[in-house]
Amino acid sequence: MKLPPFEYRTPETVEETVELLGEFGDEAKILAGGQSLIPLLAMRLSRPAVVIDINNVNELNTISNGSGLSIGALTRHRTAERSALVQSSAPMLVAALGYVGHDAIRTRGTIGGSVAHADPAAELPTVLTALGGSVSATSARGTRSIAADDFFEGFLSTSLADDELLTAIQLPPRPDRSGWSFNEFSRRSGDFALVGVAVSIELDESGTVVDARIAMSGVAGEPTRAIEAETALRGNPAGPESFATAAAAAAAEINPSADLHGTTAYRKHLAGILVRKGLNEACDRAKGTR
Amino acid sequence: MTTTPTTQSVQLTVNGVARSGETENRKTLVDFLRDDLELTGTHVGCEHGVCGACTILLDGEPVRSCLMLAVQANGRSLETIEGLGSPDDLSPLQQAFRESHGFQCGFCTPGFVMTTVALLRENPDPSEAEIRHCLSGNLCRCTGYQSIVEGVKSAALALQAGENR
Ligand SMILES: Cc1cc2nc3c(=O)[nH]c(=O)nc-3n(C[C@H](O)[C@H](O)[C@H](O)COP(=O)(O)OP(=O)(O)OC[C@H]3O[C@@H](n4cnc5c(N)ncnc54)[C@H](O)[C@@H]3O)c2cc1C
Ligand code: FES
Ligand code: FES
Repeated sequence: MKLPPFEYRTPETVEETVELLGEFGDEAKILAGGQSLIPLLAMRLSRPAVVIDINNVNELNTISNGSGLSIGALTRHRTAERSALVQSSAPMLVAALGYVGHDAIRTRGTIGGSVAHADPAAELPTVLTALGGSVSATSARGTRSIAADDFFEGFLSTSLADDELLTAIQLPPRPDRSGWSFNEFSRRSGDFALVGVAVSIELDESGTVVDARIAMSGVAGEPTRAIEAETALRGNPAGPESFATAAAAAAAEINPSADLHGTTAYRKHLAGILVRKGLNEACDRAKGTR
Repeated sequence: MTTTPTTQSVQLTVNGVARSGETENRKTLVDFLRDDLELTGTHVGCEHGVCGACTILLDGEPVRSCLMLAVQANGRSLETIEGLGSPDDLSPLQQAFRESHGFQCGFCTPGFVMTTVALLRENPDPSEAEIRHCLSGNLCRCTGYQSIVEGVKSAALALQAGENR
């Protein structure tokens, strides 16, 4: 279908953008890459009175490394994938971006848009959760940082207020002897995943798990930490035994809803398989053998 | 509430030619190309990003022209299927698609061809797996894809052999 009519605004700074958000609140929608919003408009699932196009807000188009990596909201998926800084500081993000749609989607799609949209099957919210990252949100009232664990609030919902703009995501520095992995299963290449699993693991010299964060997509309305699995790993030697225990714990602690694409039992099974595979890969990377 | 105009003028370059037009804010780029600039080579199928028929190049990168507003193309440079060969003088890629029977009804073809233009510029010697991965974002209801993949392979060979265009 054709898009419904809307008033169209093109601010050039964050200040102008949050002023517009303050004025129009829930009447307005931010337009970033448009790869989710334009389909929603075309299907008339969204009918905002005002569309605030942030594509001219150049200050949101940044990638920098200080105490951790900061990626501006308007950074395109393709730009992030090709960035040497992102490749070296956040290889999990680069691997996950390879699963997002297709080249033509990632040319336009933005880092901030994927996180703000909060699709339960999307890759980037899962990565942000597994890496213990955060987002910066700015409104006329000021700027705050929101941890990934507090940001996602169920199907397409976040703790961003109506007048807030997501300006950047932050990923903490990678500790020594840490490893990562990202795996997902989908029916066709480029489709949203049935289940995706992001793993971040930290070992000590003896190969004992100091810390593990496991985030799953597609198993609930939001990225889901496998808390029981993480607990089962911490303090135990990394290896086939602890990984099998963790995989079983992860599959047991979720209750994904069934749909056309897979039953509850199938999704639980997939989660277990992907957690074990992901732990092996992450552990190899932490030991430098991968 | 202050209101902004519901139409705007757009100036852009299409296949190296300066073009302009007046468009409603809500009009998608593919509709602007087809209805206003009368460049109907770019096809429009699903209108929500899934089929790939509307794929064009924006400043050299592949995009879905159904998922951009026409006004967002202001000042940008586009390449569409019309910028390749002509019926009497096909580009090597078009020629390869033709020889491999890479299309039947042709509805999907402009999208496949423009997606492949972008692929071969970035990766002139793609493996079959890379070709299939890249084309997985485009749907074809007729061919069963094998002949399209063959077309891309022989186009890559032709381009490597120096038939530059
Ligand atoms: C064919 C196809 C396949 C796809 N496959 C995948 C996939 O496999 N995995 C995946 O993760 N995604 C997929 N996507 C979605 C794509 O990644 C989107 O680009 C992404 O979800 C949204 O990013 P965007 O920049 O396009 O945001 P937009 O579409 O512009 O916006 C999406 C939503 O986020 C809000 N928003 C955007 N930016 C901000 C901001 N800075 N602050 C506050 N709110 C904001 C908008 O108001 C809107 O509600 C696919 C899309 C298509 C069309
Ligand atoms: S018409 Fe644009 S992707 Fe289908
Ligand atoms: S040739 Fe008919 S859809 Fe591809």
